[in-house]
Amino acid sequence: MTQPTPIPTEPAPLLRIAGLKTHFFTDDGVVKAVDGVDLTVEPGKTLCVLGESGCGKSIMARSILRIVDRPGRIVGGSITYRAADGRSVDLAAMSPTSAAIRQIRGSDIAMIFQEPMTSLGPIQKIGKQIVETILLHRRMSKAEAKETAIEMLNRVGIPRPRERFEAYPFELSGGMRQRAMIAMALCCQPRLLIADEPTTALDVTTQAQILDLIADLKEEFGMAVMLITHDLGVVAEVAEDVAVMYLGKVVEKGDVYSIFEEPKHPYTRALLESVPRLGVRHAGRLPAIEGMVPHPLVRPTGCPFRTRCRAFMPGICDVHQPELQRQGRTDVACFLHNPVPAHG
Amino acid sequence: MDDQTPMDDVILDVRDLSMHFPVRAGMFGKTHSAVRAVDNVSFQVRRGETFGIVGESGSGKTTLGRCIMRILGPTGGEIGYASEGAGMVDLAAVEDAQMRDLWREIRMIFQDPQSSLNPRLPVIELVGQVLRKAEGLKGAALADRVADLLKSVGLRPEILHRYPAAFSGGQRQRIGIARALATKPQLVIADEAVSALDVSIQAQTLNLLQDLQEEFGLTYVFIAHDLAVVEHICDRVAVMFLGEIVELADTETLFAAPRHPYTRALLSAVPVPDPRQRSDRRLRAAAPAEVTDTATACKFAARCPHARDLCRRQRPQKRTVGGAEVLCHFAGEI
Repeated sequence: MTQPTPIPTEPAPLLRIAGLKTHFFTDDGVVKAVDGVDLTVEPGKTLCVLGESGCGKSIMARSILRIVDRPGRIVGGSITYRAADGRSVDLAAMSPTSAAIRQIRGSDIAMIFQEPMTSLGPIQKIGKQIVETILLHRRMSKAEAKETAIEMLNRVGIPRPRERFEAYPFELSGGMRQRAMIAMALCCQPRLLIADEPTTALDVTTQAQILDLIADLKEEFGMAVMLITHDLGVVAEVAEDVAVMYLGKVVEKGDVYSIFEEPKHPYTRALLESVPRLGVRHAGRLPAIEGMVPHPLVRPTGCPFRTRCRAFMPGICDVHQPELQRQGRTDVACFLHNPVPAHG
Repeated sequence: MDDQTPMDDVILDVRDLSMHFPVRAGMFGKTHSAVRAVDNVSFQVRRGETFGIVGESGSGKTTLGRCIMRILGPTGGEIGYASEGAGMVDLAAVEDAQMRDLWREIRMIFQDPQSSLNPRLPVIELVGQVLRKAEGLKGAALADRVADLLKSVGLRPEILHRYPAAFSGGQRQRIGIARALATKPQLVIADEAVSALDVSIQAQTLNLLQDLQEEFGLTYVFIAHDLAVVEHICDRVAVMFLGEIVELADTETLFAAPRHPYTRALLSAVPVPDPRQRSDRRLRAAAPAEVTDTATACKFAARCPHARDLCRRQRPQKRTVGGAEVLCHFAGEI
């Protein structure tokens, strides 16, 4: 043990999600996209939410900002956000169209996406879009807002920002558009940035630049980051805390070192084994996870991962739902580690 | 340096291949310049190996794959292919009719199983259409063959009459692989074949591709941007930058001792899945270069940390250094 164990000073979390359930009421049945998620984001820190497609990570993130599309809706749990003045509000209890949530969106909590055109309008100049966001949330004159926007474009590494202020999104390359979207998200200096697969569509060298940029801005503005990704390399590079999701639940969470060095959940372990790593050539086959994510309408009883788990215990894993519990260095939801409920 | 490869071992012999797209502008669409998507590329692929082509978007790797498939007609050079039936043919020069026959031997797996499978066709048609045309199979015989193919890629034969929408991304990619294998090909061009798949599905698919290679003696040209995947599956690797191969070596050599500054930049940008190895990331913060006229300079000079005067004056020639072919004036020195 070279790392000293951190002294638990218990800073109040910036965001605490407890028992969050976001379900989709479709014609074919109820899709429980998020089904009891617990996690916290500490002020000034980076939480990576790791999971494969269909695990509910994006819906969880959209639930925070209350931008879940119909027929989805939050049916349970709370999302406690601690505002700058120290007061706590439950975002899950707000109306998605209320003035209160709109004030938080963009100014307290901002979000960026994999596809920059999700947040950039196609027919308006980049600069104008940023200025409008600034004027919406900050007391500034138009001229000041313009200077702030140009400064922000410069800050995110867009060359010749004064010229690019007048550019339309389609005139920029993918990496530049991604930067423009980040500039727009950060122009009101949010306290939490939610980034949903922000670098997945980018080349590795561009990805590296964008990750560096987010890290720099995080330091400069002291904001917290929730980064949603499926890329273990990205997690290892930027995370302080990690939450691993599978089928709408957090199956394991902990600090980044513990997750990578002492993963407890069979899913976390299997994920870590199944990625090819540079410089480590497996002789022959990769240890793959068998099977695939179950259909969202046919969720397994008991533990969601049991259908693919190498350590599946009949009579236990298919009967009881494991809850997150502290085991060693991480919180894990698995009966290999947690006590099995006494009665059936 | 090492042994001269005997010619009968080479399945693909690409020489000075170029694919230039004219850039037209103005009212009358006059050609005023060209995008050199593939620019004087030469390499050989040996029978039974997995030959990797890596590069970022815009490097020309997909265009190169499409030239080999003759989806695009190259503007220069030769693509020698050792056909099973017809001996050595130049894919860049064959007639369309002959190419249609060759498409049985050379098949392609695409990145996006979502868009490469016609949503209105059931699996039996998606996989079997080519057999109907090539071998005149129909009815029960066709169904049997398709069922066998589905089994060989790990799918249940009962899915014959279902449509693509019923499948997950990983399953669709298996259908795409079964389709590629239907005509017992020699050479398979896989363009970002596992890029759109989830981590756990990606590992399964890579294993499947390796099993099939062994079983059917396939040769793969594996085009990808994910360097860890390429290192895992490829025997030799070519690194492309702006239409050129800047480095070509066997996988071990390339990843252990990258010679070209671009290969190094690319490798250092890959995030390592180990939090104790957080890279010294400021190294690579070079701003993206604007493409300039590179007729008389090294294409990488504008981004290269080692660029000297010579690099801006003269195009480098291919050099062999420590078992690697490198397109750099100073390959041995830096």
